[in-house]
Amino acid sequence: MDVASLLPGLALVPAGAAVALIVLSRRRPPLRETWSVLAAVAQTAVVAAMVPRVSEGARLTWEGPALVTGIPLLLRADALGVLFATLASGLWLLTTVYSIGYVRALDEPRQTRYFACFALCLFATVGLALAGNLLTFFAFFEILTVAAYPLVIHKGSEEAFRAGRIYLLYTLTGGTALLGAVVWTAALAGTLEFRAGGILPADAVPAALWGLFGLFVVGCGVKAAIVPLHTWLPLAMIAPTPVSALLHAVAVVKAGVFGMVRVVGFVFGPELLGDMGAASVLTGLALATILLASLAAAAQDNLKRLLAFSTISQLSYIVLGVTLGTQTAFAGSVLHIASHALLKITLFFCAGAIYVTAHVEHVRDMGGIGWRMPWTMGAFAAAAFMLAGMPPGAGFVSKWRLIEGAAQGGAWLAVAVLLAGVVLNVAYFTPVIVRAFAAPASPGTAEAPAALLVPLLLTAAGGLLLGLVPDGLLPVLSLALEVARSVSGP
Amino acid sequence: MRAHLPILPVLFTLVGALLIPIVALASRRAAGPVAAGAAVAAAIAALAGAAEVAGGGVRRYAVGGWPAPWGIELVLDPLSAFTSAAIACVAAVSLAGAGPGARAAFERTTPRFYALALVVVTGLLGITGSGDLFNVFVFLEIAAIASYALVASGAAPALAAGFRYLVLGTVGASFYLIGVGLLYALTGTLNMGDLAARVPAVAGSPLFAGGVAFIVVGLAIKMALFPLHGWLPDAYTHAPPPVAALLPAVATKAPAYALARTLLYVLRPDELPVATTLAWAGGAAVVVGGLFALRQTDARRLLAYSSVSQMGYIVLGLGLANAPALTGAYLHLLNHAVMKSSLFMAVGALLLSARGPSLAALAEVAPRPLIGACMVVAALSMVGVPPAGGFFSKWYLLQGAIEAGQPVLAAAILLGSLLAAVYMYRLTEAVWLSPAAAAGAARRREAPAVVLAALLVLALATLGVGVANELIVDRLLAPAAAAAAR
Amino acid sequence: MNWPYVAGVILLMLGLYTMIAQRNLLKKLVGMTIFQTAIILFFLLTSAKRHGTLPIVPPGPVDPVPYMNPLPHALMLTAIVVMVATTGVALALLIRLYAAYGSLEENVIAERVAAESPPPDTPR
Repeated sequence: MDVASLLPGLALVPAGAAVALIVLSRRRPPLRETWSVLAAVAQTAVVAAMVPRVSEGARLTWEGPALVTGIPLLLRADALGVLFATLASGLWLLTTVYSIGYVRALDEPRQTRYFACFALCLFATVGLALAGNLLTFFAFFEILTVAAYPLVIHKGSEEAFRAGRIYLLYTLTGGTALLGAVVWTAALAGTLEFRAGGILPADAVPAALWGLFGLFVVGCGVKAAIVPLHTWLPLAMIAPTPVSALLHAVAVVKAGVFGMVRVVGFVFGPELLGDMGAASVLTGLALATILLASLAAAAQDNLKRLLAFSTISQLSYIVLGVTLGTQTAFAGSVLHIASHALLKITLFFCAGAIYVTAHVEHVRDMGGIGWRMPWTMGAFAAAAFMLAGMPPGAGFVSKWRLIEGAAQGGAWLAVAVLLAGVVLNVAYFTPVIVRAFAAPASPGTAEAPAALLVPLLLTAAGGLLLGLVPDGLLPVLSLALEVARSVSGP
Repeated sequence: MRAHLPILPVLFTLVGALLIPIVALASRRAAGPVAAGAAVAAAIAALAGAAEVAGGGVRRYAVGGWPAPWGIELVLDPLSAFTSAAIACVAAVSLAGAGPGARAAFERTTPRFYALALVVVTGLLGITGSGDLFNVFVFLEIAAIASYALVASGAAPALAAGFRYLVLGTVGASFYLIGVGLLYALTGTLNMGDLAARVPAVAGSPLFAGGVAFIVVGLAIKMALFPLHGWLPDAYTHAPPPVAALLPAVATKAPAYALARTLLYVLRPDELPVATTLAWAGGAAVVVGGLFALRQTDARRLLAYSSVSQMGYIVLGLGLANAPALTGAYLHLLNHAVMKSSLFMAVGALLLSARGPSLAALAEVAPRPLIGACMVVAALSMVGVPPAGGFFSKWYLLQGAIEAGQPVLAAAILLGSLLAAVYMYRLTEAVWLSPAAAAGAARRREAPAVVLAALLVLALATLGVGVANELIVDRLLAPAAAAAAR
Repeated sequence: MNWPYVAGVILLMLGLYTMIAQRNLLKKLVGMTIFQTAIILFFLLTSAKRHGTLPIVPPGPVDPVPYMNPLPHALMLTAIVVMVATTGVALALLIRLYAAYGSLEENVIAERVAAESPPPDTPR
């Protein structure tokens, strides 16, 4: 049931205020960093405060002023939204700590812009996570697009600008398609509010539904890096690693995938999509992405690009799960949002730590690094195998459900691809780990600094914890099951 | 005072224009403040007028005490009040921030710029307040003649551009006059309200069709609707910067208002394919203007073609003529005025220290973060990213297109956004972000404070209109759109 | 066939054609004047009546039928003023144009404008 609450609206405040405060304290780095950390803590606290009641089945609603005539800024914390919001906020906190260590170690320029844009990104992310109608979602989605741009081009080099240009081209095109989809939905459905099971009338003109579906796939698919809309992501790895870590493993791409889940579960409804046959189309795209991206990852030498392709592949696991039409698969998808976020961010943190301490970017230069930086590489190896699906990691919990759900739905091709995916996953990570530990330890740098090491150990531990006790710190499993149950109808 | 609200805006600017040459005899530097003061007074009066009729009221004002339909009538209703307020406020900010640019461009003849600028604003406000067709023509020409002179007051290329503007503008106004003449011959009245009552009886006549056609074409030329936009690119490219900060923002808005008013509220030619033609012309303008803008290397010409594209949105909305489309079109009048003024003003500020108007030359100047931020806000509005105002007018237009069952036009609207994203990106990148900009840091020159203040006001206005759009729509635009539908 | 109106239309077309076809700017201006004058003529024609007399009326109630319509004349006074003002500005522009470019031919001026202004993206 819906409960009016101030909390969703309150969740926007820390990040929003932080943007202004960070800009104002541009001459005092310590103050700047403090605001970032404080905001992250505050946002996590507010969002976490919503979890208990939402797990019981309530939806905390906050209605803001009207955005356009008849459509308000609506924040409605339901299971899916609160899960994503808590995830993003908690990881923001860890990434902020990591960022501080990272930019200090590299003495990066333009730190005010960096931290301010980070805060703005998280403002947008929590906004779209908690959005209760498509217009609110769209507004924050676009703000996220724009806010992430200065982070992508942070380095200021010709290559960074090129990556930024392509990023904008793709995401703004996607945004345009999404806008068309949102307006069209308003006309077709008469409302823009998300409702579990869908809001579109099943008796609408099929051409219209397919057109709408296409627009939504393009709109969310760019950020969700579905092939062939994925090109921007590997290029965007030119950004500093904390940016890649949070934004490209958690915020920006997860927003895309979250959008897909919302569209499939709460705008169309799995039933309608299945009846239309559109579910199969999306399944096909997801399967293709999983395979192609995994293969591409195996061919990469640049560690971050490898991780980027891995992300592309893993995101499509999430997309796949919601199209299979079974509750188990849907739950698996939602779970994978969390598992992938934790584990991928660990991997990126490790990559960044390696870059900062050993100035190594390519796998070929990583010989022996495992012995010099045992904790870092240990976490990397653990996270990599957990992501591939090795029990008792978080990846196993989500992927098992995906495979089980696919089998339940009779989607044997999907089962095959999922299993193949696991194999490929291991295949593209193993060379990295082997290289890191195979060669003997060469003299040189030591372990990564604490500011970088602690976050990555924490996220790795989180990934393990999520696998062992899925409802431990945060009732992730319960929330995921709740979401799946709600979209499948009574 | 309240009874005189319909005429006050025009009065303030007119008196200001007349005062400036006199004041300038004593002190040249006083011209700027007087102009800004007159414009601000007009803006306040216009806003008061808008508050007065918010919610759907109408105020009529008989000039000279002669009652309508024999006398000239001024009408203040939600649409006219909204447009007057939009034009007056943007003009006020633009004139307030014009000082440094005007002194650089005109030196000793700066008072003339201010006087002529106020005459232009007088003309525009006269159009928006008018309740009489011929009165619209008079003020149209008042504004036009002053703007021909303003455009031509730049460097040598501006003369040819100004002359072309003059010829084409006069043709447009003359066509409008022919149309008015035909309608007068047919109905015997020039008063808008009276004409609206008499039109249904004569709507089948070929004279009526002719009148409508001439009026539409005439106003289309005046507001540079594709493909009748030939005068605009050269005029806005070569106009001196302080003129460019004012004219592109407001000069085409009043003819657009006149078109909306005559077509949707007075003539309502439902049997003629006017609405369809306008909708498609608008859609074409959006796309073609955007495509042309992409190819420009001169920043001013880029913005000029962008104006052609953005005016297309307004005409598209007028052509679709359902409630959301009209709301979007009217809202876009305001949004575009604010965006364009901001962009031209920013480019003008950069031109003060750049060696040329090309994107590459501007990139060397490396503006302070503040100018760049204001440009980014305007760019976001142009592209349609919330919460900037431009998003909301696009939303309503899209709603209107879908409601009217026109997917191609909806696609045109979306394509226009995308094109805007590309060319605005090129402009902002060249000016703010590129490595060349960073390298040129040595050539930085502080933009004058008053210009920065004006830019800030416009940027805040862009965001403000976006955030408050529901208020504006509810109180002013929805009643206006509803009145058209009836 | 209402010959006066036909004459008006012919004048209109002449003016329009001159504006478009002539390359000399002064001749274009002349065409524009002809065009505007034709419009004025057209308006005045609407005020004329067969056997109508000048609209100067004695005080007191009058029957308007025998008098010509004075309103278009009043409107056209305004239009003439507009025409004169526009022509004045145009002539001033032409003087400046001639001083700047030494010619009033449209194509010559276009060439000289293009020659004078540097290409927009001069490499550094």
